[in-house]
Amino acid sequence: MQKLVSWIDERLPVVDAWNKHVGKYYAPKNFNMWYFFGSLAMLVLVNQLITGIWLTMSYNPSAEGAFASVEYIMRDVEWGWLLRYLHSTGASAFFVVVYLHMFRGLMYGSYQKPRELIWIFGMLIYLVLMAEAFMGYLLPWGQMSYWGAQVIVNLFGAIPVIGDDLSLWIRGDYLISGITLNRFFALHVVALPIVLLGLVVLHILALHEVGSNNPDGIDIKKNKDENGIPKDGIPFHPYYTVHDLLGVGVFFFIFFIVVFFFPEMGGLFLEKPNFEPANALKTPDHIAPVWYFTPFYAMLRAVTVDLFGLDAKFWGVVVMGAAIAILFVLPWLDKSPVRSMRYKGWISKVALAIFVVSFVILGYLGIVPATEGRTMVAQILTTLYFLYFILMPFYTRMEKTKPVPERVTG
Amino acid sequence: MRKLIFGLFIAILPALGLAAGAAVPLDTMEPDHTNKASLQRGAALFTNYCMGCHSMEYARYKRVSDDLEIPAALYEENLIFTGAKIGELMKVSMSKDQSAGWFGAPPPDLTLESRLRGESWIYSYLRGFYKDDSRPLGVNNVVFENVGMPHVLVDLQGLCAVEPKIGHGASVDPLSGNINNADACPEYATEGSMSAAEFDRAMYDLTNFLSYMGDPVKVERERMGIFVLIFVAIFFIFAYLLNREYWKDVH
Repeated sequence: MQKLVSWIDERLPVVDAWNKHVGKYYAPKNFNMWYFFGSLAMLVLVNQLITGIWLTMSYNPSAEGAFASVEYIMRDVEWGWLLRYLHSTGASAFFVVVYLHMFRGLMYGSYQKPRELIWIFGMLIYLVLMAEAFMGYLLPWGQMSYWGAQVIVNLFGAIPVIGDDLSLWIRGDYLISGITLNRFFALHVVALPIVLLGLVVLHILALHEVGSNNPDGIDIKKNKDENGIPKDGIPFHPYYTVHDLLGVGVFFFIFFIVVFFFPEMGGLFLEKPNFEPANALKTPDHIAPVWYFTPFYAMLRAVTVDLFGLDAKFWGVVVMGAAIAILFVLPWLDKSPVRSMRYKGWISKVALAIFVVSFVILGYLGIVPATEGRTMVAQILTTLYFLYFILMPFYTRMEKTKPVPERVTG
Repeated sequence: MRKLIFGLFIAILPALGLAAGAAVPLDTMEPDHTNKASLQRGAALFTNYCMGCHSMEYARYKRVSDDLEIPAALYEENLIFTGAKIGELMKVSMSKDQSAGWFGAPPPDLTLESRLRGESWIYSYLRGFYKDDSRPLGVNNVVFENVGMPHVLVDLQGLCAVEPKIGHGASVDPLSGNINNADACPEYATEGSMSAAEFDRAMYDLTNFLSYMGDPVKVERERMGIFVLIFVAIFFIFAYLLNREYWKDVH
């Protein structure tokens, strides 16, 4: 065995890679439960890839056969129902863990220098994940799949001059059709997963270059012992590998409760209209995207005024795009001398709380049908969402921060 | 712990968005997929009264026969009218073009109806027909206004002369199967062969069957889920002990 490893190692730096990324990757010893969600995201990604491969074996990507092939998977394929529920629940679980992972980043300032690139790769992952989820959602070819895709692709039509041609180009047809389904299938099962995996590798390589942040937001590399090992660092393996197993246990427990007992999650993970095949001539009463898109959908609907001769829909798309784009520049908006919320001032804490509450309520508003009152609430919350970022350079600079300790506090 | 609760709270918050309810009041129906007798009666009702027009084209006869413990020979003899083999999909012989001409729209496939509309909706709809001479077929439905479907079960229920009171307290007790606050229809234009209670019971069975068809693996899935959760719980215990052992030397 030892000989085999050294034979390979002379030709490929496996020992080196193992040490750099796992065996001698020193992570801060004070990770708390918020640090589970990165590894859980990897776990869900693997789940999606494996169940996805097996689903592809029985799925038929055509307008005539897609819906029936999903039911074929659910009824006739051995364990097909389990594969499909793991995949559909996994999609929502992916966003749950990614949102919590991002919240962790916001809370402990994990995007701050020198981790800007990690944050940007992470945001790109989030973006690709949204595209992946959106395209995957069309594949069952149910009513909500169809009309959801119709609404989202039509958004591109709001762009002046090129809009209509652009949405036509995306669909490959004048309405969502079998052509669209086929290209979404190709992108969902081949193109985007490759991009996603590449970005995940970059995200982790960048992380391992600068090292992990921690709940105290201190740089553990400043305090090294005589061997050059950070005093507050412990090797990722075995300490965090066994630690993450705990997270996996808790996650699986919740995940499998959904998979085995509430696979539709009351219409949140699998929407009811999707139990009816797509019908281009029959619009559902109420079109709502899946829950993980709804905060942005609410922002889109919140914009109701025409401006500079362009209609509200276009500005809605702009606001929605800006809501995601502004996250990319977050590392340069935070001017605070400290990273972690533990040592930031009260303004930052209140701002983050308002931001999270706004985002969650926007998510709710994006699910329910719009009324006048709700639209007004959505407008206020959209403003608060943006103020969190726009005002950040000011409140992070002026607020009084607490002194940061030399060593991690546990 | 406080953080954990907060995290979980964030995770489940989107679920609060489900409050949006149906506009039409419905009678509640709790399906019971373990009640094989009810499902068998429902299958018989469905085959005899519904399957002339409504297909179950994503499901196979064989699966129903196996799951409901109806012997294959008996099933083929009594519950397949189209000459299909028992391994085939449950299609109807009526063409969609013809039926669109007759009813205004082709009768929908009902394999997934229970998951599309919910059991309570189906149970209420089936009991929601009443006499309305302004409609082409002479009947209307309180749950599905101006529905194109005739009242197929009129021989059993009779025809209600006025709008039946659906969603006003009548319900099925899931344990005993008894119907509380029985008759939704105060006055009949024509009498049927069943009493109100018998008809409600029959519609419970029919709805139960539709519910089973929408999610045939439910009983098996939930049974298996228990074992999976027990496994994960045991896994967690070992993971916890392993973690404690390693982390002993981290201070």
